[in-house]
Amino acid sequence: MRNLLFLVFFFSFSVSFSSSLETDSKDFNVTDMIMHHIKDSHEFHILDWNGKGVSIPLPIILWTDNGLVTFSSSEFHHDDEGTELVTKKGVSFVKFHEEIYYASPQPNSFGQYLILDKNNYPTNLKPVDFSITKLVFSMFLSMLLLVLIFGISAKKYSKSNKGIPSGIAKFTEPLILFIRDEVAIPNIGEKNYKKYMPYLLTLFFFIWINNLMGLIPFFPFSANLTGNIAFTAVLAVITFAITTFAGTKDYWKHIFWMPGLPVPMKLFLAPIEFLGIFIKPISLMIRLFANISAGHIIVLSLISLIFIAETVWIAPLSVGFTVFISLIEILVVAIQAYIFTMLSALYIGSAMEEHEH
Amino acid sequence: MDLVTPDVGLLFWTFCSFAILYFLLKKFAWKPILGSVNDREDSIREALLAAENAKKEMENLKSDNEKILKEAKIERENMLKDAREIKTKLISDAENQAKDQASKLIESAQLAIQNEKNSAMNELKQTVVELSVGIAEKVISSELEDKSKQLKVVENMLNDASLNN
Repeated sequence: MRNLLFLVFFFSFSVSFSSSLETDSKDFNVTDMIMHHIKDSHEFHILDWNGKGVSIPLPIILWTDNGLVTFSSSEFHHDDEGTELVTKKGVSFVKFHEEIYYASPQPNSFGQYLILDKNNYPTNLKPVDFSITKLVFSMFLSMLLLVLIFGISAKKYSKSNKGIPSGIAKFTEPLILFIRDEVAIPNIGEKNYKKYMPYLLTLFFFIWINNLMGLIPFFPFSANLTGNIAFTAVLAVITFAITTFAGTKDYWKHIFWMPGLPVPMKLFLAPIEFLGIFIKPISLMIRLFANISAGHIIVLSLISLIFIAETVWIAPLSVGFTVFISLIEILVVAIQAYIFTMLSALYIGSAMEEHEH
Repeated sequence: MDLVTPDVGLLFWTFCSFAILYFLLKKFAWKPILGSVNDREDSIREALLAAENAKKEMENLKSDNEKILKEAKIERENMLKDAREIKTKLISDAENQAKDQASKLIESAQLAIQNEKNSAMNELKQTVVELSVGIAEKVISSELEDKSKQLKVVENMLNDASLNN
């Protein structure tokens, strides 16, 4: 049975390879499609209908040389190649590969108001883009959901019921207690953990719900927010800031002048420990970003097999694997949220640790 | 390269969102939830402690009861013993008293009998003397002329005769 499955698998791959060689790459570019999904977007694409994309326009907010400029992304008319010009406050903008540029005064030979270098990369200047993009929209939605879920949970406790939760709180309380008992207390310690509980809880649920929302493949979800480096960077920087401010004298001493070691060893260790301060949050940032992006890429690649092979016969295999990977992803996103939170707690805890010599 | 270049806008919005979410959830969710959970855990701990104390108290009470019961038993036995002693003492006292009284009664009766006997003897002696004198007088008056001489002889004889007392 297993051999048969492998046979089918390899056969399908050979089919996909041969067919991808035959098909014109302009018809369907898997890399472009996947990258387009993984990255941010100025409109929320819902579906394609009769060859036309149906999408929700989102507000574009730009900080330009002439001050704040806002307009709807629908004014670009789904253009993403820099051919559609939008002029506001006397400044013209074009959108190229989901980046907004100051438009060139004259279009180039492809009708793009851009000056492209030899790598097909625009050399135009960019305004600072504070747009409510697909990811920001998704993030706001997750905030709303979190406030609703936990706001309602908090209301499910009453004095008359002796603090026994009811309703949704029955589901959320074990998660909260898990963060308290398995993450905060073991890593930070019974004495100090209470101060950091709100941060750890918010962090865990914010990452988790966004991870999960990213896995749901339809509007208004499917945004790859937690697989965006800007998102993970902010959270990692916050953890870094908390760790730095929580650091005791002992912590800094252990970094710059490790006690109990000969002087040459201390000198040798100091730069390594110093770098470690930064490597820790950077590892946090990259771990979450890479894991979630990779999950999205795998699922999309498996689905793309159908289009690469251009045969419906590969669909069962493709869908089967997609379901399998998606189930694993459900586990992975929870684990990644847990790991981010756990390591944050660990770093905070290690900065507050009181060593005994 | 696009993929690993953080977007300024998203950095900004993520930071704002996280900050807002942090304060909202802290105020409206984490504080009340953790507060209730803590209160509940405290009350459970207290209840367990109270139960433990009650159990201990119960045990104390039980041992106290047993002690009291034991003491009561001992007291009862003592009382019974005392009662028995009193009973025997009472009986023996009564017996002794009765005996004393009886012996006293017998004694006085004997004394009275003796007295009566003595007085009866004396009377008898007197009566015998008078009788004898009468008889002798008659005998002698009939037989003898000299009455006084004869009386003297009889009296002597009577005195000599040993009458047992």
